[in-house]
Amino acid sequence: MIQGVQIDMLSSDRLSRMTSMEKIRLILDDVRQGYIVVLEKGLTPEEQGKLLESTMMEISPGGFSGIEIETYPSTSGSEGGLFSKLFGGGKTPAGRLMVIGPVDQLKMLTREKDRLIAWASAAQ
Amino acid sequence: MAVMMRIKGFFSKLFGKKRSRVGIYGPPNAGKTTLANRIVRDVTGEAIGPVSEVPHETRRARRKEGVEINSGGSKLLIDIVDTPGVTTKIDYHEFLEYGMDQDEAVARAREATEGVAEAMHWLREDIDGVIYVLDSTQDPFMHVNIMMIGIIESRKLPVIIVANKIDLPDAAPQRIRSAFPQHPVVMVSGLEGNNMDDLYGKISEVFR
Repeated sequence: MIQGVQIDMLSSDRLSRMTSMEKIRLILDDVRQGYIVVLEKGLTPEEQGKLLESTMMEISPGGFSGIEIETYPSTSGSEGGLFSKLFGGGKTPAGRLMVIGPVDQLKMLTREKDRLIAWASAAQ
Repeated sequence: MAVMMRIKGFFSKLFGKKRSRVGIYGPPNAGKTTLANRIVRDVTGEAIGPVSEVPHETRRARRKEGVEINSGGSKLLIDIVDTPGVTTKIDYHEFLEYGMDQDEAVARAREATEGVAEAMHWLREDIDGVIYVLDSTQDPFMHVNIMMIGIIESRKLPVIIVANKIDLPDAAPQRIRSAFPQHPVVMVSGLEGNNMDDLYGKISEVFR
């Protein structure tokens, strides 16, 4: 039997056909099963807020403890904003790549200038 | 929607500006309640809520209405809403390290998750402006901060970033200023009361 962590990579085409709540439901269902989800196109700020709110409503002591999330944004979009300072180019991104996983398995998720680093472990 | 906004604007001008609800947001243990207490005490002599070193001491948003901010001869009336620390994860085991028994830690975790969900909902529905509080001794580039500032920007809410805890030896408030160049950053110590006049001046300017 194979042991490891399942990584679901969701294309922007698939995400574009889904409503915000469908995306959030899919992400949380996957993460609660112990999968790591990689979105080719990140969530909008509004969707991120809803994801955070939904995550909080599903945390249960002794069970699901929440998510780790990190974004590698694109450099397209309007000028200004935090990401322009972080990644240069003077543009605010729409969000290009987003990694989300269960906090008890995605031990460390960090962003450097042009890469995301994830350390994952299989469920206990 | 645009018509409703125009009507709202017309009545605001006619009957005076509505009182702004200013939410104090930020990650856990950034000093949000200490700062809220400082602001409310300076104005009313009361406190808004208890503080402690245990994360998620504030688990329900607390509101103080009609706080009058005086700065540079101008007055501004705001409602202060102190919110639980925003995070993407809450594990009750964390609270056991502070000497709580399991039942107490589990109850605290449940209350904290409900409080954060409520605070996020309010950010969408009920808040007119944000004071985003960061601990100057911590890395400001954490994803939760980036995400929250993104949400605040997308909602076009006026925001002041507070670089708090400048009284601590490890404080590096300039790091926060360089992380958020597009927003006003005020460096304060909510605990010691340093630079509070600068903050009141900025509140009067940004939330008017």
